[in-house]
Amino acid sequence: MSGGDDLTAEGGHGAVPTSGVPTGAGVTPPSREWPLWEVFVRSRRGLSHGHVGSLHAPDAPMALRNARDLYTRRQEGVSIWVVPADAISASSPDEKDAFFDPAADKVYRHPTFYTVPDGVEHL
Amino acid sequence: MSPQPADVATYALRLGDDALVASHRTGEWIASAPQLEEDVALGNIALDLLGQARALLTYAGSLRTSWGEPARTEDDLAYHRDERDWLNVQLVEIGDDGDFGRCMARLLVLSAWQRELWERLQGSADATLAAVAAKAVKEVDYHRDHATQWVLRLGDGTGESHERMQRALDAVWPYVDELFERDALVDRLVDAGVAADPAGLREPVLAYVGAVIAEATLRVPETTVRHSGGRRGVHTEQLGYLLAEMQHLARSHPDARW
Repeated sequence: MSGGDDLTAEGGHGAVPTSGVPTGAGVTPPSREWPLWEVFVRSRRGLSHGHVGSLHAPDAPMALRNARDLYTRRQEGVSIWVVPADAISASSPDEKDAFFDPAADKVYRHPTFYTVPDGVEHL
Repeated sequence: MSPQPADVATYALRLGDDALVASHRTGEWIASAPQLEEDVALGNIALDLLGQARALLTYAGSLRTSWGEPARTEDDLAYHRDERDWLNVQLVEIGDDGDFGRCMARLLVLSAWQRELWERLQGSADATLAAVAAKAVKEVDYHRDHATQWVLRLGDGTGESHERMQRALDAVWPYVDELFERDALVDRLVDAGVAADPAGLREPVLAYVGAVIAEATLRVPETTVRHSGGRRGVHTEQLGYLLAEMQHLARSHPDARW
């Protein structure tokens, strides 16, 4: 910082300089935030991984460990995936109508026109 | 040769005190860790250690009836013993002074030692110790991994993190040797197949910790200072403050419940 002569100040005791003080405005400090990761947990064998939430971690191995600590404390899972949040492409809420509404009246897409024979389970 | 119950009780108390004091120190980080995620991780580790401590203190207290003394509960032993009656190693009682590197240095050494200890005690002639060991070995395996991950990242991170991680190891190192001490009581229990030979743990523990330190581009501290005495109830000044905080509520409001 330059010498005190260059500063102006307002107020009496505890005067606050009004100019000439380097503030760092416009300077971007190095990021201290860890990147965001999305967490997927498979609750048991045979099921698929489901999204359970997100967390911060500096890298993938730590993200896996944090996920273990945050999302499987009560035996919720047997397998964990972590994915960098910015690697996920998501559908946009603005496109909702075009994406999803056309499926509303297409009843023939559901397998409801078959007669299920007696005695067939797990269909 | 069958072991003396009093020896087994003291041995269980030593290991239980290690776990309980380490649990309290680790728990001090909750809400103060670098990130929320780390708060939870350290909370999990502290609770694992607390669970080990409960089993060991309960066992130590129950053995007293075998020589005619009234049993003591885990709470009696945790909250109503003074400093000189605590038998933990000094490593677990030293404070971190808010330095996360110190917490990780301590956890690395402690968990590497507990890992070897519990692995061996799974085969203890004492069925209760063997059962505690079987549960604990998986828990401390994870603690060791957690500490390893952090020591690697801090040691091999920025210039400042490297410097601070090294200072943390330097601060912890004078307390390492005490883990491998033996005395007459341990000798008797080793002969009876109950205890793990502390001297036999030295090589594998130092090999593991040394490998992590090397990979983290740090150096193994050199020290001629070797603190000792915890197993005889001789402690650093810091244990008194820890116990004051941990025991205050139970002593101010005896038998309080919620």
